[in-house]
Amino acid sequence: MREFGGQALFLDRDDINTDEIIPAKYLTEITKMALQPYALEDLKLGGFDPRRDLAGKNVIVSRANFGCGSSREHAVWVFEVNEINTVIAASFARIFRQNMFNCGLLAIELPQADLDTLFNLGGEVQIEVDLAAGKLRAKGKRQAEFSFTINEFDRRLVEAGGWLNYADQHY
Amino acid sequence: MPQTIVEKIFAAHRRDTPTPENIILDLDVVMCHEITTPIAITDLEARGLDRVFDPDKIKAVIDHVTPAKDSKTATQGKILRDWARRHKIRDFFDIGQNGVCHALFPEKGFIRPGYTVIMGDSHTCTHGAFGAFAAGVGTTDLEVGILKGVCSFRLPKTFRVTIEGELPTGVYAKDVILKIIKEITVNGATDRVLEFVGPVVEAMSMEARMTLCNMAIEAGATCGICLPDRTTAEYLWPFIQEQYDSIEAAVTDFARWHSDPDAVYERELTFDVSGLVPQATYGFKPDEVKDIAEMEGTPVDQIYIGSCTNGRIEDLREAARVLKDRKISEQVRAILVPATPKVYAQALDEGLIKVFMEAGFCITNPTCGACLGMSNGVLADGEICASTTNRNFNGRMGKGGIVHLMSPLSAAAAAVAGHITDPRKMLAMGAK
Ligand code: SF4
Repeated sequence: MREFGGQALFLDRDDINTDEIIPAKYLTEITKMALQPYALEDLKLGGFDPRRDLAGKNVIVSRANFGCGSSREHAVWVFEVNEINTVIAASFARIFRQNMFNCGLLAIELPQADLDTLFNLGGEVQIEVDLAAGKLRAKGKRQAEFSFTINEFDRRLVEAGGWLNYADQHY
Repeated sequence: MPQTIVEKIFAAHRRDTPTPENIILDLDVVMCHEITTPIAITDLEARGLDRVFDPDKIKAVIDHVTPAKDSKTATQGKILRDWARRHKIRDFFDIGQNGVCHALFPEKGFIRPGYTVIMGDSHTCTHGAFGAFAAGVGTTDLEVGILKGVCSFRLPKTFRVTIEGELPTGVYAKDVILKIIKEITVNGATDRVLEFVGPVVEAMSMEARMTLCNMAIEAGATCGICLPDRTTAEYLWPFIQEQYDSIEAAVTDFARWHSDPDAVYERELTFDVSGLVPQATYGFKPDEVKDIAEMEGTPVDQIYIGSCTNGRIEDLREAARVLKDRKISEQVRAILVPATPKVYAQALDEGLIKVFMEAGFCITNPTCGACLGMSNGVLADGEICASTTNRNFNGRMGKGGIVHLMSPLSAAAAAVAGHITDPRKMLAMGAK
């Protein structure tokens, strides 16, 4: 199992879709690494510059229906190869969330009020993920702690290092 | 316990229940295309797991960019082609036989009521039109499907969407589903199934039901589904006649998948379509939908008729109704992409291709093409397209391009007018 947590990148909008995360024209790549420069290339979000703002980040924090649109797992891989290990949002599109756990990464849902607190901590925010305890500790100008739950099966996938490993052992 | 159709399908395919919330399903069909499968193939090879669970249950097609447009897409096609040959996958469709996956596979009779189907493509929900549970998945799920023939799901809750009334002239399944998505919103049905029932659905052809189910994902749904009936049996008859003594026998057998009358739904929605008018999207989300009349005069640069949503024979017939003896406006360029070779051949036989050509359309081979902004009609920055596809995301058909989704009839009317317009006006004028 990998390490989770790190510095947060805030994307304050609902419905960020997979075309914004990785445009279709890059779907012709046949290695994950080749996707690396194109993460969030088509995301238009007040002054957001993906190359500048993604550097050094490990956690993405966003709003509702994150990852909607196509089934492309490229949207997860492009995060993975950019060192993102966790996405925290109010809700996820089903396929995107499944793809995250299938790759052994974390997709964590937080209630609206907790997300508001997280968005308002101020400064550079560092997030610690305690998977066993189901706790997030976030430290910016202010600090806060949040509880989360993930589905038991998703947890097993993360522990197995993804769905392929799990399925190969069990089926 | 009374069950919905999806609950029945899940119960019949349950391989394992690792937790009370998760179900591992046996799969009847795993479908593959050249965009999401090559990476699965190379990953399986790298892990020393280059196997397939059952070559007869795997269906593969090169459809998104075909013929290849550059070395990279040629490589994707080659990886899929070599893999299909290596594993003796008989149902592999290459240039000459290929078409848009969600139009081609149903046409081949691969989807049957009660089946479980996955594909590395979000519009796999289209196949729910046959009373199958069909879901789009990512590449890892696809890999496991190819290798083991299983997929994990949570038991989805179902919204029953009842469609009542009678479709007015010039209003189609596309207008109905746009209206439904507007009501449910883009994430209103996440992790849910949309079960489409009611007299309007019963009266719909399989083509129209596919249009309806195709866009279930645009409301976030895992799958759209229709109850299999006589229309389903008639469509499938060439493929099932060995199995059943009569169409009637097939209809009776299919009925075992029908939801029980007292099945439990999370939500009930009812739409009366008798007063529905043609719809179109205006923004960058598929739930940003208006009556097309409110967008009258919106200029367009390109018209695109095709895709897994609306590239079937009925769609071409409807568009041809307004194109006959008319010319497209000098302000626009227009592209027709029949979804499969069969649709193309049938359109030739019926004289529809001639109608499109005389109107000034360019006709391409069956492919996804510009629907996802990869080839055959990609938009320039700031250009506007009236399109029969299913997604209007920012940049979907080309960076900076704007897409308005609508029915084939509405798109054809926009081609003639040179701007978005209510197509019923042209129908009223009749053929010139
Ligand atoms: S036609 Fe468009 S939506 Fe349909 S499978 Fe092809 S790219 Fe996807």
